[in-house]
Amino acid sequence: MIPEVGQFALALALCVSIAQGVAGLAGAARRDIAWMSVARPAALAQAILIAIAFGCLTYAFATKDFSVAYVASNSNSALPLQYRIAAVWGGHEGSLLLWTLMLGVWMVAVTMFSSHLPDEMVARVLGVMGLLSGGFLSFMLFTSNPFSRLFPAPADGHDLNPLLQDPGMVIHPPMLYMGYVGFSVAFSFAIAALLGGRLDAAWARWSRPWTSVAWIFLTLGIALGSGWAYYELGWGGWWFWDPVENASFMPWLMGTALIHSLAVTEKRGGFRSWTVLLAILTFALSLLGTFLVRSGVLTSVHAFATDPARGIFILVFLALVIGGSFLLFAWRTSRIGLGGHFEVVSRESMLLTNNVLLVAAAGSILLGTLYPLVLDALDLGKISVGPPYFEAVFASLMAPALFLMGVGPITRWKKAELPELAVRLRWAFAVSLATAILLPFALGRWSALVSFGLLLSAWIAASSFVHLRERVKNAATGAGTWSRLRTTPLGYYGMLVAHLGVAVFVAGVTLVKGYESEKDVKMEAGDTIEVGGYAFRFDGVGNVTGPNYVAARATIHVSKGGNTVTVLYPERRIYPSQQMPMTEAAIDPGVTRDLYVSLGDALSPTTWLVRVQHKPFIDWIWGGCLLMAIGGLIAVSDRRYRIPSSRPADAAMAGVAARP
Amino acid sequence: MTRHFLPLAIFAALIVLLGVGLTLNPREVPSPLVGKPAPHFELPQLHQPAKTFSQKDMIGKVWLLNVWASWCVSCREEHPVLLDLAKSGLVPIFGLDYKDTREEGLPWLRRMGDPYQLSAFDGDGRIGIDYGVYGVPETYLIDKHGIIRYKRIGPLTPEIVRQKLVPLVNELNRG
Amino acid sequence: MALAAELRCLVCQNQTLADSNADLAVDLRNQIREKMKQGVGEADIVDFFVARYGDFVLYRPPFKATTALLWLGPLILFAAGLVTLFNRIRRRRIPEEINLTDAERERVRDLLADNKPNQR
Repeated sequence: MIPEVGQFALALALCVSIAQGVAGLAGAARRDIAWMSVARPAALAQAILIAIAFGCLTYAFATKDFSVAYVASNSNSALPLQYRIAAVWGGHEGSLLLWTLMLGVWMVAVTMFSSHLPDEMVARVLGVMGLLSGGFLSFMLFTSNPFSRLFPAPADGHDLNPLLQDPGMVIHPPMLYMGYVGFSVAFSFAIAALLGGRLDAAWARWSRPWTSVAWIFLTLGIALGSGWAYYELGWGGWWFWDPVENASFMPWLMGTALIHSLAVTEKRGGFRSWTVLLAILTFALSLLGTFLVRSGVLTSVHAFATDPARGIFILVFLALVIGGSFLLFAWRTSRIGLGGHFEVVSRESMLLTNNVLLVAAAGSILLGTLYPLVLDALDLGKISVGPPYFEAVFASLMAPALFLMGVGPITRWKKAELPELAVRLRWAFAVSLATAILLPFALGRWSALVSFGLLLSAWIAASSFVHLRERVKNAATGAGTWSRLRTTPLGYYGMLVAHLGVAVFVAGVTLVKGYESEKDVKMEAGDTIEVGGYAFRFDGVGNVTGPNYVAARATIHVSKGGNTVTVLYPERRIYPSQQMPMTEAAIDPGVTRDLYVSLGDALSPTTWLVRVQHKPFIDWIWGGCLLMAIGGLIAVSDRRYRIPSSRPADAAMAGVAARP
Repeated sequence: MTRHFLPLAIFAALIVLLGVGLTLNPREVPSPLVGKPAPHFELPQLHQPAKTFSQKDMIGKVWLLNVWASWCVSCREEHPVLLDLAKSGLVPIFGLDYKDTREEGLPWLRRMGDPYQLSAFDGDGRIGIDYGVYGVPETYLIDKHGIIRYKRIGPLTPEIVRQKLVPLVNELNRG
Repeated sequence: MALAAELRCLVCQNQTLADSNADLAVDLRNQIREKMKQGVGEADIVDFFVARYGDFVLYRPPFKATTALLWLGPLILFAAGLVTLFNRIRRRRIPEEINLTDAERERVRDLLADNKPNQR
């Protein structure tokens, strides 16, 4: 009964979404207040209906209703409750429902926080989002119904993949999808602007907080995915340039470019059509990612098991949405105009160069991900493109971008002088250079790559400090340091923290790649091995039973210089429903290093394969991402984005005719 | 303003590529050995360990080399097809028992039937590596000069036998 | 070993030879170790694998005619982006042409006439 209610809710939501789309867009085109006013209530209704459907599916999982095919293939009677709920989005159909739910959440947010926007714009934005939602609802109802029944109902389900039975599964997909889907708001704003023929600083100021919040979620989502892979998969890696990982990283890069581009459009009115294009591209990459994961076109550990028929549906949807957007762009963009003039050396040009680098990076990742497919399609053989390619290409493109991160913020708008910049930054450069050259010696081994990475990281930190100091010192009003700090807008602090987050991230990556060490050895009780200055003693293996698994658990005693540091318990688990053994690594985290031990196969009743790793500064990678997200959050809290009860200035601007 | 159509043009090309991609199988890896001489081996036979078998022994004949193992699940699927093929007498079939033990391989053949003229025993899998084996079962069609003409990764099906093997064997026998 | 980290496991297809626990991966790692002990160079070991499994086994795609676009693509993208950017910046420096209608031209003449030395 409940699953049928869920399915009915989805069907109703589809009808509402079409109404929302048509009323919103046609209403705005005809400037018909009655039609436009349908948009907000329709969005709320849709969100409620989708939430009901999602609730029904969750209920089916919670009550172990194996007559629903999707529940049967992703759950099991022994599965603990929290994972039964996480299993709602463990497979293709349910994850689509999660996508749609997130879209509903964002639609409600737009409805709630748009009172200061002109009605036409809101109608168009909600109209576009309504159509997008309609697309996903159709996809579910026609090809991937989460509520289809199985007759006869099996006695027990197949189970959720053991790798997914983890807290990471509870939080990583929702965060990631909030990010992916969030970019649909910026996309909708861009389409609304193209349709309305009006694209100016006000539009940029409206779009910016939506884009930033989506970016924050995506940053956290990707970081969580990476951290989860690190501790879950058992071999200590944290990024594999897997097609699905790339599919999430490309929108992130494009979204970062978009945030920076919106900053210029908001402050200076420039880059307008480029910003619109970026907004379309960012969401296009989100949708492309959805396609790649579900169509079977690329092999990936993350790919959902699905068939090409579904792939065709998404491909057509992708072609219509993005193709339509690019067509609209080509047609309407010439009306938008150019914007302010600026010199070759100016903050605008540096931000644009940053954009070029980020877009080139995203483009290169796309190239590498799809290249094997290109060659296969042209019958030119099968190749693999893996981490060696991506790392080389990405690092080369990001190095100049990281360098610019130090210079850009202190460069004047419109026109700046290179010699003057050099003078202001000379101490920052000197300090960075010294750190870069000397620090590797202190850490044990000098290498050019490590030094270069540290140079970039220190450079960002040092030049950020210079910027902050200049801001505080150059007080025209004679106000004190503290008062200057207090009156500085949050947008600035957000940028500072986010950029520092990048510096921390780069430092973490550089140091872990430069100094990590591992040993893969056979051990028997009493054996000791030394890695990274720590002694690991194998104290034997015992058996343990979990809620839905049995495991062999090893005891590893870790010491340094004779003092006990910790005891680790890596496990090798067997989930009877899946018959595949899984290694559950034991990690001792720390600010300056992680100790990572995983248990391999038993070579004999007393001998086991053990892999021991020392990972210096690896937590700085995720710490850096967290800082970036916090920076974004600080920036979004800036006063100018607060929704006022009334904004006469905006209302007045809304009345101004479209500028050429 | 034609440059404004550039994103659309690039996107259209991408859609075409992805559309073609839906018809392909990314997991299938073709073998670089097709068209090259079958790698050399000299292995003891499964049933008679004292005797050896080498690919050289088959020069002058068209033959099929089928890689199998007692632990391989898909081999069971394929076995009836092999038995029928052996009965038809179209082409002699020789087995390569890959990463197996005699204690398990011999009874397996006895249970499932033996379509092979004989099986070579590749206990440690080294010859398999030379032949680029990565997913048992795999089947190679080798011509009179010892050149590999066709490789099938995965179980043989009646369609493949009909559509690929039969015409190819006839052609090779004529030449 | 570093070499195994650059080769792809064909069985699972999404792990390196160094990380995979598949039987074949273990065998191939042993092969690499043996060959290295025998003093076979890295390039030759790579050739050994490519001869048997094709380019698919390499995670670092070789630079060939078919992969030239792959390796040069990023550089081309970046260069094209920079060139486009700087061309646009430079083009903006030319002030836009202002076209006047006849009536406006008349008005300009009048206004300029007002500025003659013998002004009223």
